[in-house]
Amino acid sequence: MAVANIVQSVTMALRQEMARDKNVVVLGEDVGLNGGVFRATEGLQKEFGADRVIDTPLSELGIVGCAVGMAVNGLKPVAEIQFSGFMYAAFDQLISHAGRIRMRSRGRFTCPIVVRAPYGGGIRALELHCESGESIFAHTPGIKMVIPSNPYDTKGLLAAAIRDPDPVIFYEPMRIYRAIKQDIPDNDYIVPLGKANVVQEGDDLTLISWGAMVKTCQDALEKLNNKYSVELIDLRTINPYDAETIINSVKKTGRCVIVHEAMKTSGFAAELIASINEKALLSLEAPVVRVTSPDVPFPLARLENYYLPDVDSVLKGIEKVMRF
Amino acid sequence: MTKKVLKEFKVEYLQVLDENGNCDESLMPKLSDSDIKKIYETLVLIRVFDQKAFNMQRQGRLGTYIQFKGQEACQVGSAFALQDNDFIFPMYRNSGLLIARKQPIVQVLQYWGGDERGLKSPQNVNNFPIAIPVSTQIPHAVGAGFAAKLRGTKQVSAVYFGEGATSKGDFHEAMNFAGVFNVPVVFICENNQYAISVPRKKQTHAETIAQKAIAYGFDGLQVDGMDVFAVYKATKDAVDKARAGKGPTLIECFAYRMCDHSTSDDASRYRPKEEFEQWTKKDPIERLEKYMRSKKLLDDAYKDKILKQSQNIIEKAVTEFEKLPAPEPKDIFKYVFAEMTQQQKEEMEELFGR
Repeated sequence: MAVANIVQSVTMALRQEMARDKNVVVLGEDVGLNGGVFRATEGLQKEFGADRVIDTPLSELGIVGCAVGMAVNGLKPVAEIQFSGFMYAAFDQLISHAGRIRMRSRGRFTCPIVVRAPYGGGIRALELHCESGESIFAHTPGIKMVIPSNPYDTKGLLAAAIRDPDPVIFYEPMRIYRAIKQDIPDNDYIVPLGKANVVQEGDDLTLISWGAMVKTCQDALEKLNNKYSVELIDLRTINPYDAETIINSVKKTGRCVIVHEAMKTSGFAAELIASINEKALLSLEAPVVRVTSPDVPFPLARLENYYLPDVDSVLKGIEKVMRF
Repeated sequence: MTKKVLKEFKVEYLQVLDENGNCDESLMPKLSDSDIKKIYETLVLIRVFDQKAFNMQRQGRLGTYIQFKGQEACQVGSAFALQDNDFIFPMYRNSGLLIARKQPIVQVLQYWGGDERGLKSPQNVNNFPIAIPVSTQIPHAVGAGFAAKLRGTKQVSAVYFGEGATSKGDFHEAMNFAGVFNVPVVFICENNQYAISVPRKKQTHAETIAQKAIAYGFDGLQVDGMDVFAVYKATKDAVDKARAGKGPTLIECFAYRMCDHSTSDDASRYRPKEEFEQWTKKDPIERLEKYMRSKKLLDDAYKDKILKQSQNIIEKAVTEFEKLPAPEPKDIFKYVFAEMTQQQKEEMEELFGR
């Protein structure tokens, strides 16, 4: 057992999987000698060598395109993109190729890549360092989209992503990279993709979130001080998402609030609400409320607090549903 | 203060067989008579295929089809230098290459007939599905070659693209990776002078495509892309070099598209007739025939026999293709992920019933 934060649990998962499978390689900018700009690959090059922890040219398209080819020829590449906003340079490779190789080759070739990237705001970073593009990738066939919210899940979900036979985009919540520490088992474990986590059970309202916003929701619930009995669900995998857990919860509580950092229109909450409407409409006591950022580009540091959902906006959403 | 030349570069051009069938024996690669016949027979076969596929599109028996007439030597000459377990990453103009690389003709027809089953590579060769976007397959070849290097499989990766593709970032990022990591990859640019209507001169101000390799620190050369011996020799040298761990090569095959861009295009809108006629004199098959005739490897009877044999092979494949059962509708769900998601299962049920 070791106490670790989210960044350290990323390293633990990579180390575990590289030791377990010689075909796992890590590639990206600064991932080798420097151990990554967030130190997520710290010590791995020393341990596994420069052939398996590969410092690449500054070339996002090249990194992802090369990873696709590596995967086609038998490796399991884990590519790091320094910030999720830079992943758009490799968008064509992900959308036009990674997600289609199994289908186009009728299973003759597959693309078991993982593309890791820190995502989200709240750290007063530069422009395009704070993006939350999960619903863009969730709207793409053939690609899985995973976002952990704590160290234990990070290690287990990343290990599961690396073992998954298909492409996975793995967003890491940069804002809480070092904010939460947990006991992490040293042994080999996975947290399965596609399964949500019921963080706490409750009967009055279902509160759904993922990534860094799970902590914001937990802080809000602390402030709410048991005024309502809230069931908090951490979605963990955006695609394929765990509809069953959500539907069962909403059928029980009849009320739902969904919180995400990405902008509102076509955000992933919209998909979850559609699913609730299809399967649990008659259980609803109130319209489902979304607590999200607005439909504007992520602002620079001095205005980001106005943009991001926070404890107060989550509480406001909860009250809106409860008082309907 | 100092002013000096830091480095000077040169770009080589290779032609073995000129357009009249004269061969420079000093440059002639090692090929047996039966190799030369095999190359000739494949060139004829794919030309017959190309014309047949075009006709079938016009008759409504195939969907949009991309012809390659004029570029047969680029595809056959290079394919002949590769081993089965080497990887190819083809583009849409590479039906001839696929046939030369043992992709069953029925499957090539199947793909152009709108059926993904045609893209599935036979188990004993590594033919990656053709790329429809331009240039995006180039980084894949580098990755596959990189994996071969790291896994010690001794495979070489060959990637095919047109000169238009060299204007895109994918080409440059892939070339850069290949140089930096000394990857066993051969970049084969089929420069057919036009990207649909845009001539080569408007694609890049550089004098050759070959010289672009210089910027990435490895060899690039230009070959007569309508001379099958030159393409074979350049590819064989590049493949041997890559397999020996000596890194990538860019081969610019200087050729001409003796056809429209696609079955939806009309090249007479943008290409002068005189230019087309000049290039037809360089025809890769005719010049090989002249050479073979001079070496007593070909006479009228053999030529006629090979043409008829090719027509029979193609007709048989067409018959087989047209008799194939339609693809299974549920297959659209079957190959997206290794295991269907719950959402997909529900969607499949909604679409097709239980």
